[in-house]
Amino acid sequence: MSNSETGTHVSYLDHQGKYKGLLSWLLTTDHKKIGLLYLYSITVFFFVAAILGVLMRIELIAPGQTIMDAQTYNGVFTIHGIIMIFVIVIPALPAIFGNFFLPILIGAKDVAFPKLNLFSFYLFFIGAIFGVLSQFIGGGAPDTGWTFYVPYSAESSTNVIYALVAAFILGFSSILTGLNFIVTIHRMRAPGMGWFRMPLFPWSLYATAWIQVLATPIVGITLLMVIAERVLKIGFFDPALGGDPVLFQHLFWIYSHPAVYIMILPGMGIVTEIFPTFSQKPVFGYTAILISSLAIAFVGYFVWGHHMFTAGISYGSRWFFSFLTFIVAVPSAIKVFNWVSTMYGGSIDLKPPLLYAISFIFLFMIGGFTGLTLGAVAANVQVHDTAFVVAHFHYIIFGGMGFAFFAGIHYWYPKMFGRMYSNRWANIAWAVVFFGFNLLYFPLFVIGIQGMPRRYFDYLPQFQTGHVLSTIGAFVLFTGLVMMVYNLVYHIKRGAIAPANPWKGVTLEWQIPSPPSHENFDEIPVITTDPYVFGKSTENKPS
Amino acid sequence: MTVHETHSTRIDSDTGKLGMWIFLFTELFLFGGLFLVYAVFRAKYSEDFHTAALELNTFIGTLNTVFLLVSSMTVAMSITAVQKNQKKLAMFLLIVTLILAALFMINKYFEWSHKFEFQLFPGSEVLKNLPRGELLFFGLYYMMTGLHAVHVLIGMILLTINFFKIKSGYVNQDHYLHLENSGLYWHLVDLIWIFLFPLLYLIT
Ligand code: HEM
Ligand SMILES: [Cu+2]
Repeated sequence: MSNSETGTHVSYLDHQGKYKGLLSWLLTTDHKKIGLLYLYSITVFFFVAAILGVLMRIELIAPGQTIMDAQTYNGVFTIHGIIMIFVIVIPALPAIFGNFFLPILIGAKDVAFPKLNLFSFYLFFIGAIFGVLSQFIGGGAPDTGWTFYVPYSAESSTNVIYALVAAFILGFSSILTGLNFIVTIHRMRAPGMGWFRMPLFPWSLYATAWIQVLATPIVGITLLMVIAERVLKIGFFDPALGGDPVLFQHLFWIYSHPAVYIMILPGMGIVTEIFPTFSQKPVFGYTAILISSLAIAFVGYFVWGHHMFTAGISYGSRWFFSFLTFIVAVPSAIKVFNWVSTMYGGSIDLKPPLLYAISFIFLFMIGGFTGLTLGAVAANVQVHDTAFVVAHFHYIIFGGMGFAFFAGIHYWYPKMFGRMYSNRWANIAWAVVFFGFNLLYFPLFVIGIQGMPRRYFDYLPQFQTGHVLSTIGAFVLFTGLVMMVYNLVYHIKRGAIAPANPWKGVTLEWQIPSPPSHENFDEIPVITTDPYVFGKSTENKPS
Repeated sequence: MTVHETHSTRIDSDTGKLGMWIFLFTELFLFGGLFLVYAVFRAKYSEDFHTAALELNTFIGTLNTVFLLVSSMTVAMSITAVQKNQKKLAMFLLIVTLILAALFMINKYFEWSHKFEFQLFPGSEVLKNLPRGELLFFGLYYMMTGLHAVHVLIGMILLTINFFKIKSGYVNQDHYLHLENSGLYWHLVDLIWIFLFPLLYLIT
């Protein structure tokens, strides 16, 4: 694909490096190409996991066994969870959009450690393969759930070790990506770009990276301890040997709750780029958004106990964690307020990226409010481990991070590939996805409150209406996803040539050609204005 | 900002060091998880921890501490030597460091195999019949010193690579980031041991 508007411009996709053909991809140190490597592999893994999700929904369409037995169901929800969480939502936004756009947004030619970046990708890939393999070989698919709760995970005869190793390797990859980003942001901002002139997506990546670096090692060691438990019978978490299973839950959630913010913060960062562009207005409350990102990253460390309200922790710590959980909602609410205010009075252009960004707010709020329900001790005891929880986290993670991802890919697609997708198809796919999503997950709130437990392959007849609706929703959603991906993939080669700045954005990525050249900038730009100044977007022009 | 011009060839040294420091933080947090578990069980079974710790050989432990402390010094000296362009000396000091590290590992080997003779290894019958706290103590002992030993090995590999890089001139007076970072890593290995040693051997 050649797209030379300026004659001399060579797109990074056509750049002739040291290697040719496939190797030029597999050995690349160009942050943009690495971003695409992640994009392609994550898309494939996403469909693997989504199909597992649909299979579960088919099983649940009627009471009793429908297409798989209980043990298979356990394996399927475990691998679905592991792939979705560790292979997709934790790495996806930093690894794809962070890699591709972080250097561009701060006016750099690459990340600080390009080779380390490629290494992270390979770790990621190996970890992901381990996860998928665990489903098919040896002692059978792991059946512990993605949380690996002991003592069961220490005793189950299935491939738990594969899954633990997979999660460990993926964690390591995530640490290295975070480390790379922190150093990049500290050291490689273009001249004139002080901290408070940095766009907000890099800010959100910065907050995320610190969580990745500081929280991931804790889960790493916890997973190693479970491996030691299985292999050597050490007994840290085994009551029969004097250990303490609740200790595992503490260690696990000390990581995994902040990890929830690894998943959502970059998503918030993406929509924060989209609202100003499609309202043609500076973002409302730049500093408030930035501080709330950091606050979320910080407070996120102190709320893990809300996962253990029913696991036998003390009364005092229960209300304390409950209280802190409510606090965490405040910075998120601030952000929602800022996004809505950004749109207020702007000239709104309802293109696909904005559609997804608005649905992001909507779904994220439903997820957030139900999160507060779960954060309140009394309500939690009622709905703990029910379908309500399943609905809540799908709203937050899929409705939040997932929709932010869809928003991001529609926003940056022209820049990444130099082509336009079909707006009409994108809109139709959006409608199908949005409708299917709600049909899939909303009924789960209802049957959850009525008492439908999660992780069960069978249920009482009174829950069937909810399950049938939900399963129909799964098919609609899946169809919508296929339409969306088809639209995007089809137009990579065949779409109309994209201009450098199709949405009239003002951040740096829109001031270089689409697709960017190998080194992003012919000459490093000098930053003289704040990031979101509309109307005089030519001021930061590179050379 | 010269960083940009050099990004595809050599990382400038402040950037490289910042990266290394952050990495060392993650390593500390990795061990931190184990320290946390240690603290919990120590509080719960302080009697048993007391008795079990008596089993460990303080002499070997002390000897190993000395090895690591001295090796930390020799690494630092070899960095200085490179800075002063004393290539031979720097290589010699790295060899000394590696020998000390090897002595540490040999000691560890004897220490562990001695315990194995008494059937004191994870999962053994003897261990299973001990009081719960003692069993957990030995579990932690193997896990912590084992993970530490893995780090010693990695450090040794890094230093060996550096030896050859000095030899080939890749690491030199103007460009010694690799050596410096490996040295930092080695100090971390030392530092962690300095925590492990009293926790496991001395507090009885
Ligand atoms: C096509 C889309 C999807 C469908 C049809 C789907 C469906 C399901 C179903 C039926 C369950 C089992 C609930 C239970 O029995 O407890 C489940 C669990 C889960 N899903 Fe999804 N899901 C989808 C997308 C996602 C996404 C995007 C994520 C990303 C975070 C995700 C993360 C999870 C997790 C973490 C679990 C919990 C597994 C466990 O209980 O261990 N899912 N999903
Ligand atoms: Cu949580």
